[in-house]
Amino acid sequence: MTTTATPAATDAAPAKASRKPLRVRLRRVPGWIGLGLVLLTVVYPMFWILMGSFKTQPEFLSEPFWSLPQQWSFDNYVSAFVDGGLGTYIRNSIVAVFPALAMVIVFGTMAAFALQVLVWKGRGIVLVLFLAGIMVPAQMILLPLFTVYFNLHLTNSIWPLIITYTAIGMPLTVFMLATFMRAIPREVFEAATLDGASIWRIFLNVTVPLVRNAIFTVALVQFFFLWNDLLIALTFITKQDLRTIQVGLLNFTGQYGAVDYGPLFAGISVTVFGTLAIYIFLNQKVMAGLTSGAVKG
Amino acid sequence: MDSVFRNRTAAVVMLTPALLVYTFVMLVPILWSVTYTFQSGNAITGFEFVGFDNWIKFFGDETAIDALLFTLRYAVVMTVLQVATGYGLALLYIFFLRNKSPLVRTTIFFPVILPTVAVALMFSRMFEAAPTVGPVNTILQWLGGDLTDFLGTPSQAFWVVILMDVWRSMGFYAVLLYAGLVEIPNEVIESARIDGASGWKLVRRIVFPLSLPVLLSALIFSINGTLKVFDSIVALTNGGPGSATTPLTLYMFRTSFAYGQYGYGSTVAFMLTLLCLIATIFVFRSMRRDVTTS
Repeated sequence: MTTTATPAATDAAPAKASRKPLRVRLRRVPGWIGLGLVLLTVVYPMFWILMGSFKTQPEFLSEPFWSLPQQWSFDNYVSAFVDGGLGTYIRNSIVAVFPALAMVIVFGTMAAFALQVLVWKGRGIVLVLFLAGIMVPAQMILLPLFTVYFNLHLTNSIWPLIITYTAIGMPLTVFMLATFMRAIPREVFEAATLDGASIWRIFLNVTVPLVRNAIFTVALVQFFFLWNDLLIALTFITKQDLRTIQVGLLNFTGQYGAVDYGPLFAGISVTVFGTLAIYIFLNQKVMAGLTSGAVKG
Repeated sequence: MDSVFRNRTAAVVMLTPALLVYTFVMLVPILWSVTYTFQSGNAITGFEFVGFDNWIKFFGDETAIDALLFTLRYAVVMTVLQVATGYGLALLYIFFLRNKSPLVRTTIFFPVILPTVAVALMFSRMFEAAPTVGPVNTILQWLGGDLTDFLGTPSQAFWVVILMDVWRSMGFYAVLLYAGLVEIPNEVIESARIDGASGWKLVRRIVFPLSLPVLLSALIFSINGTLKVFDSIVALTNGGPGSATTPLTLYMFRTSFAYGQYGYGSTVAFMLTLLCLIATIFVFRSMRRDVTTS
């Protein structure tokens, strides 16, 4: 009902705006200035980093900050990847995050279904147990886990990250998906059982398609959460060639002794614009999923 | 029909993987950590039972108390600022930009998804005083200010951290609160307009009270996140200058991994957990009272 009301409202708004007298439009000027400033503070630092990634060391030291690079060479990027080992760091991040993300989503969706749609004694308590994990700081689990990983001789592999990421992403995933499943009318499930669907079919062919967009959203949130993690990676990774992108970037400055600005800016640029590209790509997917879901549903 | 949903096998099969991982990697370690607070030593040297020594040490440890106070100060200032900026932006999205807001919303959301380490490196370059003069110092010099070593001065470093984290999080709170404000029925706003409420009055009398529930969740979310601040501080100031910007999380990390004191580190972590619990209950209680009385 609300969706039918929105297009009408949006159609009417621009027509009204163009007829507004100058006095009313002038009143909007402070708003535009404020908004412009906010947008400038968001966009300019990223632009500054991008420009810096093409500058040479002398340019950094003698030119003012707003100067544009005098050449468009990718030397800094080459240096960041070859001397800085950026490629290795990115590969490590991918190897650690994606298996964990897959497990979080698959296990989390199944658990949310078991807790929200299935009926059994004690499911409320288990859901609260998952909720507790959202509040407790990660610092509480680091030391016992380090002891275990150390004794199992896992500290020189990427496994501690995969295992810990899977567990740490679980509470929020279960909680969010359970909330989305609660929003599905009970009649939908009951109708499916009347049609003779087994509980497995109800999960795979009824529930999963209905919460597909929610799964996308949760996966997106968890991806950025795990991809940007510093604490876990800093704790469990002791070997340099196993560093994730965040830990690697943190050590970028130290590695060069006196700050070598060009490669540093190139490294920041790669992570910033790489992450931004992933976000824009995935966000479009989510939006496309949302609209196609709306048309069908 | 109900028997389909009472399928025990299905419940066990579907819940087990998640519950196993969660129990063994989170729940057991949490309880295990609590037993560490009564011991001293570490994974390499072995442990020894020391009773309440760690707890007593915590309250007599000046650095720990400083870290606790820093955590509180940071959490309060950050929560107020990020929820306020987020709310301001959400109001702008709804009442000022209206249907033109998606692009602006997405742009202001960008910093939220950027890696904290990259953002911190960027900010430390922007606030740099030497060997290169960063943008902030350059602009301040235009305005007649002195060259300031922001990250080298304790009181300034705190505000640089705050500024960076507001920059990083305002887009998130704006979208969160926007989602709540969109829920307010148009008829309510329109009828208030017809009754003569407009501008500031409309926001204060109509919009604000109606958005209290979503503000409550934003506050709880914010308090819980800011008490656990770690990434941005490690990457921007590494707790310095001195220990001026060291929160409990970083102090725990140092005592545990730099000094190998697992028992004491666990005690610090436990205090942080207590703090999160108390803060959540406190915000929840005080807001609930507000909602019922008004």
